[in-house]
Amino acid sequence: MKTTGKVTGIISNLVTVEVDGPVAQNEICFIQLDDAKLMAEVIKVNGNKASVQVYESTRGLQIGNPVEFQGYMLEVTLGPGLLSSNFDGLQNNLATMEGIFLKRGEYTKPLDESRRWAFEPLAKVGEQVVAADWLGEVKEGWLPHKIMVPFSFEGTYKVKSVAAQGEYLLNDTIAVLTNEAGEDVQVTMLQKWPVKVAIGGYADKPRPFRVMETGVRCIDTLNPIAEGGTGFIPGPFGCGKTVLQHALAEQAEADIIIMAACGERANEVVEIFTEFPELKDKHTGRSLMERTIIICNTSNMPVAAREASVYTAMTLGEYYRAMGMKVLLLADSTSRWAQALREMSNRLEELPGQDGFPVDLSAIIANFYARAGIVKLNNGATGSITFIGTVSPAGGNLKEPVTESTKKAARCFYGLSQNRADKKRYPAVDPVDSYSKYLEYPEIVAYLDEKVEKGWADKVTKTKYIIRKGKDAYEQINILGDDGVPVAYHEQYWKSELIDFVILQQDAFDEIDSSTPLERQKYMLDLILDICDRSFKFDDFEQCATYFKNIINICKQMNYSEFKSEAFNNYMEQLRKELAHE
Amino acid sequence: MSEKAFQRIYTQLTAITKATVTLEADGVSNDELALVAGRLAQVVKIRNKSITLQVFGGTEDIPTNAEVVFFGEPPALNVSDDLAGRFFNAYGEPIDGGPAVEGEKRQIGGPSVNPYKRRQPSQLIPTGIAGIDLNNTLVSGQKIPFFADPDQPYNQVMSMVALRADVDKIILGGMGLTNDDYLFFKHEFESAGALHKIISFVNTTDQPPVERLLIPDMALTAAEYFAVDKNEKVLVLLTDMTLYADALSIVSNRMDQIPSKDSMPGSLYSDLAKIYEKAVQLPAGGSITIIAVTTLNDGDITHAIPDNTGYITEGQLFLRADADSGKVIVDPFRSLSRLKQLVQNKKTREDHSAVMNTSVRLYADAANAKTKLENGFDLSDYDLRCLDYAKEYATRLLAIDVNISITEMLDTAWGLFGKYFTKAETGLKDALIQKYWKG
Repeated sequence: MKTTGKVTGIISNLVTVEVDGPVAQNEICFIQLDDAKLMAEVIKVNGNKASVQVYESTRGLQIGNPVEFQGYMLEVTLGPGLLSSNFDGLQNNLATMEGIFLKRGEYTKPLDESRRWAFEPLAKVGEQVVAADWLGEVKEGWLPHKIMVPFSFEGTYKVKSVAAQGEYLLNDTIAVLTNEAGEDVQVTMLQKWPVKVAIGGYADKPRPFRVMETGVRCIDTLNPIAEGGTGFIPGPFGCGKTVLQHALAEQAEADIIIMAACGERANEVVEIFTEFPELKDKHTGRSLMERTIIICNTSNMPVAAREASVYTAMTLGEYYRAMGMKVLLLADSTSRWAQALREMSNRLEELPGQDGFPVDLSAIIANFYARAGIVKLNNGATGSITFIGTVSPAGGNLKEPVTESTKKAARCFYGLSQNRADKKRYPAVDPVDSYSKYLEYPEIVAYLDEKVEKGWADKVTKTKYIIRKGKDAYEQINILGDDGVPVAYHEQYWKSELIDFVILQQDAFDEIDSSTPLERQKYMLDLILDICDRSFKFDDFEQCATYFKNIINICKQMNYSEFKSEAFNNYMEQLRKELAHE
Repeated sequence: MSEKAFQRIYTQLTAITKATVTLEADGVSNDELALVAGRLAQVVKIRNKSITLQVFGGTEDIPTNAEVVFFGEPPALNVSDDLAGRFFNAYGEPIDGGPAVEGEKRQIGGPSVNPYKRRQPSQLIPTGIAGIDLNNTLVSGQKIPFFADPDQPYNQVMSMVALRADVDKIILGGMGLTNDDYLFFKHEFESAGALHKIISFVNTTDQPPVERLLIPDMALTAAEYFAVDKNEKVLVLLTDMTLYADALSIVSNRMDQIPSKDSMPGSLYSDLAKIYEKAVQLPAGGSITIIAVTTLNDGDITHAIPDNTGYITEGQLFLRADADSGKVIVDPFRSLSRLKQLVQNKKTREDHSAVMNTSVRLYADAANAKTKLENGFDLSDYDLRCLDYAKEYATRLLAIDVNISITEMLDTAWGLFGKYFTKAETGLKDALIQKYWKG
């Protein structure tokens, strides 16, 4: 029998319920208000009083409204048909909702249960299987969607029967498994999983050993992110976090992109679902929407569901990872999730940590980032979740709890600089402060030796060194004046400017420049480093500046031209001439 | 708001603060309205029978035996076409001497538009001001504030933008307006002959600050009526959102909430987002565009109010007094319209974004040169040219008193490039240089 209760207190979306039976932490309940049922989650229990956070507006709620507890935690539905969908943070399908406005208490099914899917069996009768093993496959568009032994199954099962090739509904039985006790269990194409629990079912989780290509030069060349790696992008508003995230979503070499719009602008989500169906995936030629799932809890949607949205996104990622897919998960922005935690902690009258955030913020963030990673599945295939979150530090000051906690959890740091953004140097990723810990992994260095060229990591280090030296020279010039320093300082500064303008800066709105394949990145870096290796003999600093501005201009024209096209080669020729008669 | 026969009446308050009162009552629902000693109040907290009400008019001289009457419903506005041309207070009551508006009663602060049902904004809103149209192009369905110090003419610029914009309705939400500013808006709208398309909700500085909390929701409920029901293009002006946020902090403070940064409530981001996110492009053609004002303390954008606003809105417009040109300009460095690429080069000429970026980059070079000059260093020939360029760029393009078409703005910029720089120094694409270079 379900536990029930009655509302005894309301402060905004925190509701206190007096209960008549057992309740579990994080259990889901529904509060009856007129015709609507408002979904809520238990976040604290004290005696027979449960505090629940309501995922909806509590307007009109009264003392005494009945509450029914469900006996399960917040969970998502997993099965074919998730791809290309637009969900809210609780996995309601936004596309099938009626009316212009979101209606309180309207919950829609995440998957279309009336649709038939062409199923092909993979498992053989008599085989031993465990949770997450592949039983069969359906084509979800281009994607070979694996139907797996439900993740919640413990122990070993024997396949008693598998459905023959054919068209099935999501709820049709596609396999019967016998457990160790000899009981038969039916398996359908659908399964449910609580979002706050990580999906296991893999053999091994090694250190990331491959690089994920993103087409963004300041990431791939300078601070590459590993497949299965973690990174974060902190930055004040207006520095291009969202543009950078969209560039990653468009270009990254991943099978599936999951975008969690967590407490951000609705128009940014609109941009994705308006433009992605029209844009082509550069790796496969298919429409970008075919590999994208949007989880959207925008800033005006109920605050409590913000937290749910990032967990929902991660769980969907884990589901596809278990099929051997390469998933890129983008969350914009994790600060809004942290703020949602703060609002609730505040209403619960908990003792606040730094800046009013809950004291376990750091642990919550670390725990979440730990769910990313590359895994070896039981059948030897690999799957991965690469996670990149944005952080919106208050006042652009990186010394705040969310940034600091995330820095401990994520391995790549792409700090956006206000100064670069003011100068319109986009992407505004700070070349000196940003880092990728993966460049220190011997596995990754070996991978780059193989994939790009032997000694590539050293080249990257050298590039960073030139940038730093250039910055030092610039500071000296600013202190002592153009004439107060040797011309060599100007040369040093302009060499770093060359790297800045040609490698680091990238026009996200230019068809060609927006995405640079690794091969082209190598070509350009070699070209630029070759120039940086030369020593010039300028008469004065003005000659130096004019010379480099000209070189930069030619190189930029190359960036705007199709790689190795006639125009590109002409600029290359022009550049050779300039370099020759120096 | 008049009393009705079936309403429940209580006369025993158990606690009073500067903004709230608490009493024991039955059958009260969250968010519902009440009258406390004749002043409007709203339920903000319920704990068993103990009800806390936020009193919009302040609690001065309210006695513990004050009469409390519950209405059983949250604040609402009567909507109909008759709203047009009218002036209201924070409660939606006429202050222009006209009759009360008849119409459908709608709760304010209603639900959000399903993000999936939105359309991508794509309609350019030209203002004639180059600092906006050229560098920070506005798009219908956008939300964008002016960040300005209190001494800058933000209300003037805003009314100028509103009256030049091609929209069906202009809705003014005035929070903590001085009486002078209120009369300024009224006069501007009247003399432009635009009164028929204007609706105003005004709380002036001589009225209680907590009342302001109702203004944005009132204005946006009216806006949604015209945009959703009538498919009209609506422009909402909200001034000054800093005073709105101050009122939020007063209430949260009186309710003993733990303040976060700058003594603002921890929910400031969500509170502001709920307002700004009402900006929308609807599938049937209607739209709500929000232009707001956030006043700054000496240009400090790291304060919690502008900071949270910046993360919510689609850009911001910075006003700054420029010493070189002696004009108020739209600062090209700190200003940003996030939606500009939806219309630039598409609804405007192909060279728009390139010209914009180059002109701002050269202006940045001029700022560097100026720093050098101030530090007493010699300037190079390039530096000197940058400085000359900057002055003319500020006067002819950035100043808020410019009123020209976007094509004229682009031509003006090309003229400046040709006058002061070589082609290589601009770093523009060859294809554009061949077509548009002047000089």
